[in-house]
Amino acid sequence: MLPYITVLLLCQLAGEVLVRLSGLPLPGPVVGMVILFAGLVIRGRVPDGLEQTVKGIFANFALLFIPACVGVMVHLEVIAAEALPIALAVLGSTAATLVISGRLMQFLMRSKGGDTP
Amino acid sequence: MSQDFAGLWVYLSTSPLLGLTSTLLAYQVAVWLFEKSGRTPLLNPMVVSVFMIVAFLMATGTPYRTYFDGAQFVHFLLGPATVALAVPLYNQLPILRRAWPVILLVVLVGALIAGGGAVLIAWVLGGSEKVMLSLAAKSVTTPIAMGIAERVGGIPSLTAVMVLLTGISGSMAGAWILDLARVRDQAARGLALGIAAHGIGTVRALQMSEKAGAFGGLAIGLTGLFTAVLVPLILGLLR
Repeated sequence: MLPYITVLLLCQLAGEVLVRLSGLPLPGPVVGMVILFAGLVIRGRVPDGLEQTVKGIFANFALLFIPACVGVMVHLEVIAAEALPIALAVLGSTAATLVISGRLMQFLMRSKGGDTP
Repeated sequence: MSQDFAGLWVYLSTSPLLGLTSTLLAYQVAVWLFEKSGRTPLLNPMVVSVFMIVAFLMATGTPYRTYFDGAQFVHFLLGPATVALAVPLYNQLPILRRAWPVILLVVLVGALIAGGGAVLIAWVLGGSEKVMLSLAAKSVTTPIAMGIAERVGGIPSLTAVMVLLTGISGSMAGAWILDLARVRDQAARGLALGIAAHGIGTVRALQMSEKAGAFGGLAIGLTGLFTAVLVPLILGLLR
């Protein structure tokens, strides 16, 4: 497990360095994801240990968002002052995005041959 | 005795131990409640944990910054966990090879609706300019969203709040909305959740299937990239 966590951190580090040097408008971890993806494509398969490590991380992925979400409390006043526009804008656009992009993707994937299981 | 307790509290409230422990504890209680309730989406473990922690911090008068000093150790792991999304993505390589133009098109359309739709609704309802600017990048993963807000004159921390509210609503209602719209293809469900609700939506997608999670992870990066390019461009045209 430890070697694979190190691999993940190394990819993130490489991603952060690349972002700083290139000025790309992406966060380091997302670029790190691309680097690991490229590494896996070159290697041709996912090592078993990496698969296991990643499964362990994903099992508690939701936990990792909690500290950031608690930060919403700092802005409770602004949210309360404009609760209706904020709530409807967030809910309405999220629902519209889910429906339209989901339907469009499903339609285009089917019309492309329909071999998705 | 109460003096001792006050001293103890002063110690605990300045040590990172409390923020870290309360996060892990709240999460495990919330997961237990979620399982006990028969996994009802209303008791989303992440949301319930956040409510419990916010209530605790407010009751004890603990500032968020103090809490975050401890919780940052959990927060830090978001980075490597994001990198790890490359693994499910790699497992979808055959579909990616075949369908990449479709994926790019869908993400572009979705990103426009996510940002444009939110700003439009807020504008119709008389939202203030700072709220509208902070909504434009709300469907994008937090670090990108804050960068965009800074560039266009929004408030980065308020943007982060919109991003999180979006993620929470996508996580709680996403599966239900996709069912209602009869989106059954796992790739389409994951991609839609990733476009609409970034990493938090992707966590929900991962719970549906590995395939959905992979497309969610892919959508996080692509939506971020498109939005980072499009928002300053469109705002420049409007001003």
